[in-house]
Amino acid sequence: MRASRLIALVLALAAAAGPAAAAPGGGSGKALYGQYCIACHGPNGSGVPQGRLSGGAALRQQQVQRALAPSLQGVGALAADFYLRTGYMPLQRVGIQPRRSRVLFSEPQLQALIGYVASLGKGPAIPKPQPQRGDISQGMSLFTEHCAGCHQVVAEGGVVTGALPPALEDATSTQIAEAVRIGPYVMPTFTKKSISDSQLNSIIRYVQYAKHPDDRGGWALGHIGPVPEGLVTWFLAAVALVGMCMVIGKRLSS
Amino acid sequence: MSKVRDSIVAGLVLLAGRGRRKPRKDALRTVPKLDPNPGAETWAILLFFFAALCAVAFIVVYAIDSLPRHTQLLGLSLGLCLLSIAAALIITAHKLIVTEELVEPYSPEEHPNEQELIAQVVEESGDRLTRKRLFKLGIAAAGGTLGLAAITPALSFGPFLETRYFLGTPWRKGRRLVDDKGKPYKATDIEADNFYTAFPERIPDQDKEELGAALVLVRLPVDSLRLPPELKGYDAGGIVAYSKICTHAGCAISLYRAPLFQPDEPRPALVCPCHYSTFNPADGGSVMFGPAGRKLPMLPLSVDAKGFLRAKGNFDGEVGPSWWGSRIWKPNP
Amino acid sequence: MVGIPDLEAEPVIRRTVRFLDERTATAPLLRKTLRYLFPDHWSFLLGEVALYAFMVLVATGTYLTFFFVDSTKQVVYHGPYAPLRDQHMSEAYQSVVNISTTVKAGLLIRQTHHWAANIFLAAIVLHLFRVFFSGAYRKPRELTYILGVTMLMLSLLEAYMGYSLVDDLLSGMGLVIGYSVGLSLPFVGGNLMEWLFHGPYPGQASLWPRMYIAHVLIFPILIGMLLGGHLLLVAMKHHTQFKKKRSQSENAILGVPAFPGQAPRSLGLLFGTAGILFLLGGLVQINPIWLWGPYHTYSSTNGAQPDWYLGWLIGGLRLVPSFDLVIDGYTLVPNPFWGGAAFPLLVFGFLYFWPWIERRLTGDQSFHNVLERPRDNPRRTAIGLWVVSWVFLVFVAGASDRVNVMFDLSYTSQIWFYRVFIWVGPTIIAFVAYRVCKELQASEKTKHEQHKAEARARLAAIQRTEA
Repeated sequence: MRASRLIALVLALAAAAGPAAAAPGGGSGKALYGQYCIACHGPNGSGVPQGRLSGGAALRQQQVQRALAPSLQGVGALAADFYLRTGYMPLQRVGIQPRRSRVLFSEPQLQALIGYVASLGKGPAIPKPQPQRGDISQGMSLFTEHCAGCHQVVAEGGVVTGALPPALEDATSTQIAEAVRIGPYVMPTFTKKSISDSQLNSIIRYVQYAKHPDDRGGWALGHIGPVPEGLVTWFLAAVALVGMCMVIGKRLSS
Repeated sequence: MSKVRDSIVAGLVLLAGRGRRKPRKDALRTVPKLDPNPGAETWAILLFFFAALCAVAFIVVYAIDSLPRHTQLLGLSLGLCLLSIAAALIITAHKLIVTEELVEPYSPEEHPNEQELIAQVVEESGDRLTRKRLFKLGIAAAGGTLGLAAITPALSFGPFLETRYFLGTPWRKGRRLVDDKGKPYKATDIEADNFYTAFPERIPDQDKEELGAALVLVRLPVDSLRLPPELKGYDAGGIVAYSKICTHAGCAISLYRAPLFQPDEPRPALVCPCHYSTFNPADGGSVMFGPAGRKLPMLPLSVDAKGFLRAKGNFDGEVGPSWWGSRIWKPNP
Repeated sequence: MVGIPDLEAEPVIRRTVRFLDERTATAPLLRKTLRYLFPDHWSFLLGEVALYAFMVLVATGTYLTFFFVDSTKQVVYHGPYAPLRDQHMSEAYQSVVNISTTVKAGLLIRQTHHWAANIFLAAIVLHLFRVFFSGAYRKPRELTYILGVTMLMLSLLEAYMGYSLVDDLLSGMGLVIGYSVGLSLPFVGGNLMEWLFHGPYPGQASLWPRMYIAHVLIFPILIGMLLGGHLLLVAMKHHTQFKKKRSQSENAILGVPAFPGQAPRSLGLLFGTAGILFLLGGLVQINPIWLWGPYHTYSSTNGAQPDWYLGWLIGGLRLVPSFDLVIDGYTLVPNPFWGGAAFPLLVFGFLYFWPWIERRLTGDQSFHNVLERPRDNPRRTAIGLWVVSWVFLVFVAGASDRVNVMFDLSYTSQIWFYRVFIWVGPTIIAFVAYRVCKELQASEKTKHEQHKAEARARLAAIQRTEA
């Protein structure tokens, strides 16, 4: 459906033929970090702020491009869990927007890597949101105020100049909570001061609802309003009506 | 029992029986005669009865509350009813009636005699008038002014010449910034990489809808600010406040592009989701991309002794979409 | 009656006709009407589809007026739809949420009304294409055409007011954009909008009742009156026809009489159109306003789009680069003017003046009852296609944000592409169309001559054998 995602997936598959074979059992977090992350994020997650190349023998040939990435010290298990389980990381190439893609690692590998990144500095743990305790109406209000401008009011995704706020159809409750706190790529960062944990529960409850909202009107057309409605108008209704005109319109013998 | 049998027989006769019309005495028909088409006729009849069934179904569905997908069943029954009537009529048209092909002359291009007569009548009727021009002028004057008078009351719709209303905003020097629940913002509440919607303190809910009311607040590193000289001091320690209403077409600017890792990612920007006008919050709200023709109006901020954010005056330019006077006047401080 | 011998029928018909004629003296008129001729081509029915969609609009709209509340007074929602509970909203929006959730069959009627609006305008546009590319607007039918174009314009405004009245998040964003376009009119914009909205946006409480009465009474009556005039003119001058048979000419029309030939066909189309509209209304969700939430000036959503028939305007608004035309502090032309006002004015100006422009170009003063096919008039076809594809490309540009989401083509690069391509594309299309028309004409001509030559040869052969 999304061309770049497909390409990313193919590239990821090509790249991923390696890791599974190289470290089938799991391997330590540090080793995985050295293999996949160090090239951009630097040794011990110190970050590479100024285009300096470093480490990572296995990936050295891929470092033709500039290597630039933030420090991972203090981002905690929260960020590592988010970026790795959404397939946002490892990134195909520096400078592009991370997209949801295939997760490269097995569950033990993920845990090891998350543990390692968490150990790099004192950072937040993986959140445990409880959307069932949230209030859906409050969630809709908050979502409209803070999120709808980019993610669209029914969380179907949208556009901001220079980036693509994703649709939230695949986002788990934990991932939503993590993303709100991190603010990946150009998304704002919302701390507990601006969106409390209980408000976050409400937002998550609303987003979960928005995945399958009340479509009492019938075929939902993706909840994005006039564009698909216009397509139905022309490609279904107008075609049917023109067809009907053709059936009715032939009156005289030829 | 016999009644039931009788009605079944009657029903069958109704459905299957075909009445033979007595041949008309006069052989001069207007509509030519064609042979009957019993097959098509049966189809048309069946379709009409099916339509009746659908219409009944619509009423039944309407009456039963507990049905799931109520709207869909209603639409389906009514839609099918109408479509079967359509199908029956189309069969009738193609197979059951006589489709004559007739030729007829088009109406004449013009009727010279009538034209002449009309012109004559109009011309000759005015023969008694000696000052025709003045007479016509009088009619025109009366008609025109009466027309004007008739539409004059429509001026009461709203102000027309008084344009100062465009300049009004609820912001005054010293007014505190509050969130949508009315809680005042402290400078420390405003964190980097986030955006906040603010309103002036203590205004009625209805006034929050005014274009001049809502602000978008963001905090930028002080050394990244590039405010032009006339806007020096508008920020409060890196916190900048702009009108939340786009200067292009008035939509709310509810997108804040806040890069997590600056070197790689697009610069911070405020974006309007209607036509994607993109504004730079670091330099006083200039347009970076998109159709907006005017920068975002900026509100000067200060922090009071208790740490609350207050307006230091009014916006540096008019709020909302542009009109001819947008650049002439500024909101009163 | 089915099955029963029709012994009574004739006297009943005759009695009715006599009753009517004696009291209304309409028998001659009625006879003429029954035998009024409809010429043959399926595309002549597109205008009828628009008429029937309009009838569905009036019928469903009347229903909706019984439940809609034309007030922007803020209330707190306590209805059954949980995600909106306790939210502040206008009474107007609340009433439409109620129509969609609690009023029985309300959602069916509302959705059918909205689909009918979309299809009404689609049918008008298709009808306009047929009229334009077949030259049906030529003398003596310019007035019919002018009335039609005016109806299109009024219908656009009517539909715009219809979805603005709901006061959901999308409709509010649409209304403020319309306000901004009005504001951008040079010299008068500010005053005009202040007057119309009773003060600057969002205006006063009086705005909603005014817009409501305009939507449900003033505009429908205007459209209805124009429609009456349009149909009357069609009837007085008779319909145009394509020439397919010998008996057809500029002076003689060949067709099917209104009764019995045309009546079941037109009625069938009426019921068919209504059937499709109600099927859509029941089965395909349109404008689910309970999902959009209420509008406030300070909130907005990504991906906001107008209904398709205004999509060309959002495209126009998005494509114009950043500038206001300012002369010494006086904002002469604010930016939204170009895409939102100048663009549609240009398109409608073209439509209004085209019959006279064409006459000036060709010097053709004669009457036309026989239509041309697009290929018969390459210049008209090329110019028409230039305008159509120009508007269409701007329309497509208006959806570039959704294209970005679906196909990952960067929004900004798409905008830059369209800024150039809306001029290049139509020019290429017009040129190609012109060449294709010419080729088709030429191949027809050779085919015709070939037939002629063959016939002559056959005739000669026969004469030879006879000799």
